Amino acid sequence: MVEAKTEVIYQRPESFTDVHTHYCPGCTHGVAHRLVAEVIDEMGLREKTIGVAPVGCSVFAYNYFEMDFVEAAHGRAPAMATGIKRVLPDNTVFTYQGDGDLASIGIAEIMHAAGRGENLTVIFINNAIYGMTGGQMAPTTLPGMKTTSSPYGRDVELAGYPLKMAELLAQMEGSGYIVRRSLHDASNIRKAKKAIRLAFEAQERGLGFSMVELLSSCPTNWSMSAQEALGFVEEKMLPVYPLGDYKVTPALQELRV
Amino acid sequence: MAKELLKGNEAFAEAAIRAGVEAFFGYPITPSTEFLEHMARRMPKLGRAFVQAESEVAAINMVYGAACTGKRVMTASSSPGVSLMMEGISYIAGTEVPAVIVNVMRGGPGLGNIAPSQGDYYQMIKGGGHGDYFPIVLAPATVQEAVDYISLAFDLAEKYLSIVHVVVDGNMGQMMEPAELPPMREISDEIPEWAVRGAKDRDPNILTSIYIDPEDEEITNLRLLRRWKEVEKNEVRFQEYQMDNPEILVIGFGTAGRVASSAVRDARAEGIPVGLLRPITLAPFPEGRLEELCDQVQRILVVEMNSGMMLDDVQKIVKGKVPVEFYGRLGGVTPLPDEILDEIRRVSKNEGEISGDPRDEWMDRLEKMRTGDQ
Repeated sequence: MVEAKTEVIYQRPESFTDVHTHYCPGCTHGVAHRLVAEVIDEMGLREKTIGVAPVGCSVFAYNYFEMDFVEAAHGRAPAMATGIKRVLPDNTVFTYQGDGDLASIGIAEIMHAAGRGENLTVIFINNAIYGMTGGQMAPTTLPGMKTTSSPYGRDVELAGYPLKMAELLAQMEGSGYIVRRSLHDASNIRKAKKAIRLAFEAQERGLGFSMVELLSSCPTNWSMSAQEALGFVEEKMLPVYPLGDYKVTPALQELRV
Repeated sequence: MAKELLKGNEAFAEAAIRAGVEAFFGYPITPSTEFLEHMARRMPKLGRAFVQAESEVAAINMVYGAACTGKRVMTASSSPGVSLMMEGISYIAGTEVPAVIVNVMRGGPGLGNIAPSQGDYYQMIKGGGHGDYFPIVLAPATVQEAVDYISLAFDLAEKYLSIVHVVVDGNMGQMMEPAELPPMREISDEIPEWAVRGAKDRDPNILTSIYIDPEDEEITNLRLLRRWKEVEKNEVRFQEYQMDNPEILVIGFGTAGRVASSAVRDARAEGIPVGLLRPITLAPFPEGRLEELCDQVQRILVVEMNSGMMLDDVQKIVKGKVPVEFYGRLGGVTPLPDEILDEIRRVSKNEGEISGDPRDEWMDRLEKMRTGDQ
C-alpha cells in the first residue's frame, strides 16, 4: 500500500485577500497584483509593508492586498510614499500606479522620487490608455492609436509622442533598479515576477529607487477580446516599449533569486 | 526658559520641533522660507525627517503620507503655495488624519507680492479645498503667541483628526521680537490604532478618502460635521483688550488686531470708550462672545488686511443689531495705528444706521486718502 501524500503546490498568497476583484475579464491587473503578493509572501514582508494605491482602475487595490494601505491623490503616490518611508525607514513601501497617474499628472512626483533616490518600489502598469475614465489617450498611447480623446488616432503632430518612463527614470542617479517587463504570456509573466522580486530586494537592501514597468492589456477600452489584447501587447506595444533592464545597480547584478 | 530675540519664521519652526514634530516637508516661498531653512538645519541633526519637495503639491502629499503613520507632521508655506496644497489638504481632511499647516500670508490674488496680507481668510477659514470639511484655524498676533499656538495646533489636530491651519502674515514671519520657546518635548511613542505601520498581529489598516457609495460619503460628511460641532463647543479662543464698558467694539485678528490694540489704547487715552475683540481661533469663530457683546456696544468697527472677509462673518453674527463699520488695507499694505485711531474717532462721532454695505463708504474714504484728497 502506498500512503496518499498531499502537497500544496499552488494557493492564494497570504498577502492576498479572499475577495473577487472589480477588474474587467482579461485585464492584467489581477496578474500584476498576484505577482506582487507572491513576492511579498516569499520575502516575508507582509507585516511591515505599506502599499500606496493610485487613482485609476487600481484605485481599490487596497481591497485585494492583506496589508496596510493608503490611497493617494491622482499622481501623488510617490510623494505620499516618500512621506511614509521617511518616517518609517524600516518598513517596506510600494506604490502601484497606472500610466495616466505616473506618466501624466504625476510625472513630477515620480521623477523627483527617483531623483532623490527614495528607497521605494514602484509597480507601473502601462496599458497605453486611461481605463477608469473610459478609454482616453494616455501619455503612453501609441502613435496612431484610437482612444475616446484621440478618435482619429494619436496624431503625434498634435498630441505628442509616447513617454518612455523606464528609459527616463533610468537616467536618474537615484535609481537603483529600473526595468520593463510584459504580462502578455506565461514566460513573460515569470520574468515579470523575478523583476518585481529584484525591485523589492533593492528596497530591502537600501539600493535606492526601484521601478518595474509592466506592459499590460485593457481589452475593454481597446475594444478587443482578452486574447486579441494580449496579441496587441506583443505585436504593437513591444516595438515601442522594448523590454529590458534599463538600470540595475551593481550590487543587484550579483543577486540570484 | 529665558526670552530670546527671535525671527518669527524661525521661532515658529523651532516651536514645532519642540512640540515633537517628526517630519517637515516644504518648498521655498517668500515670506515663509526661513521656516523651511530652520527645519533644514535642525531636523536632520535630531534624526527627524526633512524633505525639500519638488513643489507644494508634492510637499502636502508627503505630509499626507507621513500623517497616515500617526506621527506629528507639518508643512509651512505662503499664500500661492497654500493654494497649490489645497488638493492634498482636502484629501487629508477626507482621510481624517492630523496635520498642521502654517500659512505666512502675502498679498494677492495671483502672484501678488511678498508683503503681509490677510487676503487668504476665505480660503483658510471656509475650507479652500473641495468637499465638505472644516479646518481649525488659529490666528496668533505675536511671535510668542504663535510659538505657543503651534504646540496647541498639533494637540488639536490629533484630538479632532483634523487639519489645523496656523495663519500669520508676512509681518509676523519676518519680524524679530522677544519670545520664550517651550522646553523640548519628548516624542510620543504612542501609535494611534488607525495608523499604518505594517499589519503585524492585527488586521490591515486602510486610510483613504474614497467612499464610492454616496451613502457612506454622507455618513463620513456627517461624522466630520459632528466633530466640528465639538470643536465649536470646546475650542473657541479670543483675546479682549480695554473692555471696561466699551461703546465701540473693534474686531481684528492677527497683525490687524495687534495694530488695532495700539489704536484702542490711544483712543481710550482720549476718552473714547472703545474695546478690542481679537479672535485667536478664526474657525471656530468666537460667535457666542460676539453675540453677547452686541447687547453691550453701540457700534462695531471691523479692521482687516483684506477687503472685508471676516466682516461678512461678523455681520452674520451681529444680524443688524448693531451698526458694523469697516476699515481695511489691501494688497499687502499694513494699516498704521494712526489710521485705525482716526477710524475709531470717526466711528465715535457716527450715529444711526449704516446704509448698505459698509465697504462702499470705506472704499470711498480709502481712495480719497490714497489720493491725498482728505
